[in-house]
Amino acid sequence: MTDAAELQRRTAELLAAHPPATTDRLDFLKARFDAGLAWVHYPEGLGGLGAPRSLQVVVDAELEAAGAPDNDPRRNGIGLGMAAPTILKYGTEEQKQRYLRPLWVGEEIWCQLFSEPGAGSDLAALGTRAVREDGGPSRLSEAESGGDWVVNGQKVWTSGAHNSRWAILIARTDPDVPKHAGITYFICDMTDPGVDVRPLRQITGEAEFNEVFLTDVRIPDSRRLGETGDGWRVAQTTLNNERVAIGGMRLPREGGMIGPVSKTWRDRPELRTQDLHQRLLKLWVDSEVARLTAERLRQQLVAGQPGPEGAGMKLAFARLNQEISGLEVELLGEEGLLYDDWTMRRPELVDFTGREAGYRYLRSKGNSIEGGTSEVLLNIVAERVLGLPAEPRTDKDVAWKDLAR
Amino acid sequence: MSAQPDLLYSEEEEALRAAVRDLLADHCDAPGVIARTESDTPHDLAAWKALADGMGLAGLLVPEDRGGQGASHREVAVVLEELGRAVAPVPYLTSAVVATEALLACDADELLAELASGRRIGALAVALNVAPGGAYKVVRHEDGALHGELTAIADARAADVLLVPADDGGLYAVDATDATVTPQVSFDLTRPLATVTLDGARGRLLGDAEAAVHRALRAGAGLLASEQFGLAEWTLTETVRYLKERKQFNRPVGGFQALKHRLAQLWLEVVNLRAAARNAADALATGADADVAVAVAQAYAASVAVHAAEEALQLHAGIGMTWEHPVHLYLKRAKSDSIAYGTAGAHRARLAELVDLQAP
Ligand SMILES: Cc1cc2nc3c(=O)[nH]c(=O)nc-3n(C[C@H](O)[C@H](O)[C@H](O)COP(=O)(O)OP(=O)(O)OC[C@H]3O[C@@H](n4cnc5c(N)ncnc54)[C@H](O)[C@@H]3O)c2cc1C
Repeated sequence: MTDAAELQRRTAELLAAHPPATTDRLDFLKARFDAGLAWVHYPEGLGGLGAPRSLQVVVDAELEAAGAPDNDPRRNGIGLGMAAPTILKYGTEEQKQRYLRPLWVGEEIWCQLFSEPGAGSDLAALGTRAVREDGGPSRLSEAESGGDWVVNGQKVWTSGAHNSRWAILIARTDPDVPKHAGITYFICDMTDPGVDVRPLRQITGEAEFNEVFLTDVRIPDSRRLGETGDGWRVAQTTLNNERVAIGGMRLPREGGMIGPVSKTWRDRPELRTQDLHQRLLKLWVDSEVARLTAERLRQQLVAGQPGPEGAGMKLAFARLNQEISGLEVELLGEEGLLYDDWTMRRPELVDFTGREAGYRYLRSKGNSIEGGTSEVLLNIVAERVLGLPAEPRTDKDVAWKDLAR
Repeated sequence: MSAQPDLLYSEEEEALRAAVRDLLADHCDAPGVIARTESDTPHDLAAWKALADGMGLAGLLVPEDRGGQGASHREVAVVLEELGRAVAPVPYLTSAVVATEALLACDADELLAELASGRRIGALAVALNVAPGGAYKVVRHEDGALHGELTAIADARAADVLLVPADDGGLYAVDATDATVTPQVSFDLTRPLATVTLDGARGRLLGDAEAAVHRALRAGAGLLASEQFGLAEWTLTETVRYLKERKQFNRPVGGFQALKHRLAQLWLEVVNLRAAARNAADALATGADADVAVAVAQAYAASVAVHAAEEALQLHAGIGMTWEHPVHLYLKRAKSDSIAYGTAGAHRARLAELVDLQAP
């Protein structure tokens, strides 16, 4: 069993063999992956040591103290948070060996081709088709690929598609069965012919997300993740990880959005009003309490008894981010009438703290939509945590092709 | 990372919870509590005896060498969660926490040991709505005797000894038999208030009132959050249970999305309150950051407990409006708790000073 002392020893060994000051960033990260110190709970050979997940903090603390580079999780959030756990659970040995290392070190960025114009909250209604074409021409040899799938359809709101090397993709492979049963999960090469990424400019002025048109895109069968027709179950792993990604974070007091507005309040007494004071204090308390709940959740995880609170944390942070940034714009008065920059840009990461209040206000509107809307999350809490009855359904036993659209 | 508070429950705390819950299931069932509120003895002294004498819980905050159990605010918080769940009419918060903390600040070991054993019940003679650091009424100390009237004293009717602040700055112990204790008609029937009138009563000087009262009210406010959490959790659980059973329009009403969303929101508030209350209990136990932790918990707790009880009433609808259904006990306790030991607004104002977010 790998314990904290053993991890400290291995971390020291890594640092001695690859001193951060003199080692290239990517080389260091690769060495870290190979030493099993990337995500210690992953299996040996795949960046981990099969150690308890809770011990990752031990490694991270040592590396941070030594000034080691990190893999900037904000740049590859979808890869690290969603693609990786799904590949780990459903991937073949070859897939795991091929994808996980460049994913973790950040050499290869991932995006998520799930949402479609006609399938958002009702994701299982998706219509992008993947048709099996045995023996068709592919960039891989046929033996390697096991034949091709040909994909046609349109995806939307795809964050980071413009920087991504790979995508996790779900597509319909059988329209004759009920919608959840006819979906298959693929890994899509974003550099393949037929993948057309078009920026979708958003409310903030920049284009963080995209429309992705898929026209006769050939995906070899070796890039299928899980069984044909089992894609909905595979996608559950992705979606569950999406929602817990936020929970385990450890923030100091005033570590979130409440920090900048509290600072402005202290630095600029001339902006203060009684009404804003009351609202600020209430949001300060709410932020502190949400931080404590996240900390409690983390402690539960470490103790090996994960609680259901994770399902609620995304809801809480979405509301807080929106209310706090809204308050901040008002507090700024005349400056609140201005905006930092409307230039259409294609950012590599979502940077809340590097931008001003108006940007934060607009971007945080997405927090209650991306990764499942707050309404849908409330349904999930009500049904899975509280055990309340599910909505009556009219689509369960109907073949996808016969559903009203 | 030792700076992080411990927000979980230990195995011992869970065992304590189970024992208290069992005991309350035997003593404090809802019909019994309702019947008692209309009797001459609103307090359940049998339950008190079982908790205090039987389980030794009155002395949790008192060190062993001073006659107590030498536990901490963390364990007390667990007891209060369960007492909140049962809206138990026992003077635990008032005697085993508030009066006990006042005595811990004084040199009064004999009385402290008596309260710790549960053989005598104490009450701090400060109105229940006073916040830590807030102004409170005192009585006149003249020729060695105490004179004056104090109102809204919680659980005074059950108390054997009253801890009375006087105008000379002292805190005095007065035997309840030497005072006139007159019940007031209280909004919360399970934590009744009374007027204490002293007409030349003899008092024993315990120590400096200001420090003792401040310490007592801070602990009271911080641990009240655990009672509010227990109360809120019970009302949420009970409402979810009821809405799974209750059918209208040929469906369980809990399947209607408008209600599901309300309950999911409430669940999130309750989960947040647990973390805030746990943090306050831990901070009081370790002494680190306690002023901020208590202010945060009390600025958050009242709205959640009241919201939970109000939702429980609305969603139980007609049956919730009856005297027979216990939800009114919870609503009355929750609303009364929202004023006890300072309102949320008072605690927010205190917080503004503590974390340097000054008013305009
Ligand atoms: C900033 C941002 C980034 C995103 N990035 C990605 C990405 O990288 N990849 C990707 O695949 N997708 C991405 N998305 C898409 C996101 O997952 C969807 O927008 C989201 O799931 C909602 O789908 P929709 O927009 O089609 O809304 P709809 O599903 O059409 O919802 C419309 C409204 O109806 C409500 N609603 C729907 N169903 C119910 C119900 N059952 N009960 C109650 N209310 C309901 C919704 O809450 C919403 O208010 C992103 C979105 C945003 C905003």
